[in-house]
Amino acid sequence: MDLRLAPHAVAMSAREFVAWSSDMMEQLMQASGGKKAVDKITAPIWSWALRNANYPLHFGIACCALEMAAASGSRFDAERLGMIFRSSPRQTDVLLVNGWVTAKLRPDLRRLYEQMAEPRWVVAMGECAISGGPWYDSYNTVQGVDTFIPVDIYIPGCPPRPEAMIDGFMKLHKKINKEMKGTFLEG
Amino acid sequence: MGKLAQREGLGPGGKTGEVIAQTLVEKFPQDVKITKATQNRVFATVNKPAWLNVAAFMKDALDFDHVTAVSGVDWLEEKKMWVVYHITSYANRVTAELIVELPRDQLEIDSISNLWGGANWHERETYDMYGIVFLGHPRMERILTPDGTDYFPYRKDFVGGRRV
Amino acid sequence: MAEMWLNMGPQHPFTHGLWNLRVKLDGETIVDADPIVGYLHRGWEKLAENRMYPQIIPMADRLCYGASMSWEHLYCNTIENMMELEVPDRAKYIRTIVLEAQRIGSHLMWLAALGTDLGSYTIFLYSVRERELFLDLMQNLCGARMTYNYCRIGGVRNDVPANFERDFDRVLTHFLNRMNDLESLMDRSSVFRLRMEDTGVISGEQARNLGVTGPNLRGSGVEYDVRKDDPYEVYGDLDFRTCFEKEGDSFARYRVRMDEMRESCNIIRQAIKRMPKGPYRLKPPRNAPKGKTGWAHVEDPRGEGFMYVIGNGDDHPYRLKVRSPIFVTVSAAPVMLIGYKIADVPAIMGSVDMCLGETDR
Repeated sequence: MDLRLAPHAVAMSAREFVAWSSDMMEQLMQASGGKKAVDKITAPIWSWALRNANYPLHFGIACCALEMAAASGSRFDAERLGMIFRSSPRQTDVLLVNGWVTAKLRPDLRRLYEQMAEPRWVVAMGECAISGGPWYDSYNTVQGVDTFIPVDIYIPGCPPRPEAMIDGFMKLHKKINKEMKGTFLEG
Repeated sequence: MGKLAQREGLGPGGKTGEVIAQTLVEKFPQDVKITKATQNRVFATVNKPAWLNVAAFMKDALDFDHVTAVSGVDWLEEKKMWVVYHITSYANRVTAELIVELPRDQLEIDSISNLWGGANWHERETYDMYGIVFLGHPRMERILTPDGTDYFPYRKDFVGGRRV
Repeated sequence: MAEMWLNMGPQHPFTHGLWNLRVKLDGETIVDADPIVGYLHRGWEKLAENRMYPQIIPMADRLCYGASMSWEHLYCNTIENMMELEVPDRAKYIRTIVLEAQRIGSHLMWLAALGTDLGSYTIFLYSVRERELFLDLMQNLCGARMTYNYCRIGGVRNDVPANFERDFDRVLTHFLNRMNDLESLMDRSSVFRLRMEDTGVISGEQARNLGVTGPNLRGSGVEYDVRKDDPYEVYGDLDFRTCFEKEGDSFARYRVRMDEMRESCNIIRQAIKRMPKGPYRLKPPRNAPKGKTGWAHVEDPRGEGFMYVIGNGDDHPYRLKVRSPIFVTVSAAPVMLIGYKIADVPAIMGSVDMCLGETDR
């Protein structure tokens, strides 16, 4: 809350007080270098925890879903990297889009994305999710999932081998490492 | 193919494709025209007004018990559409291909979903893709395209391409 | 009791592919069911009219990705029937072997999905492990694990690799041993039997009328198999039995598929022994005459697959119609679901082996 807008104020409501005080704390932490110090300690720990427990959503659309299933089998074993598939979007970190998205599915997929809690990432697996794939001239498919959802990692292939999918997730780990959100995971 | 042995869960069978074709032509001389008949295939065209009677006869008297497919074909220049039925008889091991021609400005035909439940979704899909209305169908709605689609995608005058 | 409609899907851990099963519940009992499909509809048949005949083969792969070789082969067979081509014998034998290997792979994927549905992760892991061996065989043959692009109009793309017979023999022997473990994990598990027996019963009469085909039909006591009753490729010359069970419940459908996997091993062994030498491919004509029609039907792992094509005078088809077995079986799902509890839904729909890619096309 900007006090310069109300220079003669004598009282604040509870909500205004909370907003003003948290702003003050943040500016104080930033100016004094306290935020930077706390970030330096917490950011590597948070990013280690985030990348080693990437829970994807149990959401198989099409052919790439079979390679996703094979990747959680015993030969390729995605679970050793911390990828435990969860059924509810509220408990997941990664939305793995693995197939073509049709007009009927698009609102549901957007809703799934919005139901996921931050921090969250989206991995587009396979050609259909990247850019429409073999169905480039179809009247019912969306040409690329990044037209309505922000995508972090693209895994090319039709379908990508399970090793390619795991390699994509390794790149997601590197990205999480680089992003390094500290303190309270904002910014 | 050898002698048709009696199989579990099925009737006696024994009618070859030629016999079935002959029976159909005898019962419906004006309305059924046989293009070809071999031991296990029958190819015929059927007139639209008699279609339901032909289908009922095939089910009751000739042991046809499974609708393999119902397809629509759009002949744009000739201003007609076909509805192509492939109906199989398990006991006789015969598959019949029956073509019914419809004029493009009156796309209605009797539904056979009450005879064979397997035709239900096939007819819905043909409606969804071509706009052919099946009279007497219990639920004539779109099935594959999203609700609110206002075009019939497989028609030849619908140009496909990116739309979403 | 209050009745309500419940949406199971499109995002649900049990759905094998993307569909929405709306069930009307009276307490916990299902009173009505309404499957909603169309989440994967891409207008396949319309896209096929824009492609040349050989370009449709990789598209046919992606119709049902659990059994891609079966759909490629069905498509090639349809075009060969339309153009009246006779495929060389060696190609027929190779195709039969590959089709049966694909049938085993598809049934193993079904078993894995069934395991996940019932909450038994062990079944999933065991089946996926065995399936990897078959995918290795396919990879040695044609380079891909899943969408093979191997069949061609007029034969197959390349001849079999070296050590083909040795590899197949090793895998089949190992697999048949493992099958005993796999079967005993399920047949002797009282929990599995309790959940699968007497649920999802559909009688032979209903199944025939509703258009259900394949193992779902044979689980209800009807002895019809396209491989035996309308043979294609070399099935007419090989000796195998049609697997069927009488009860019509989920356990019967499961038993039919397990028996079919063993019969497939039998078929592969016979075909490998009898495979002749010779060409594996012939060059088809580029164009098909206008108005020429052709169709073919095969025993897909999920039922009776069927394609119908009309030529256009040039190298594109005028109309290519696909009949998917699961499209019709899903329409018969209400019959299998009404009267049972909602907790039975994964067991019942899992035993039906659905693949939504071919349903929605």
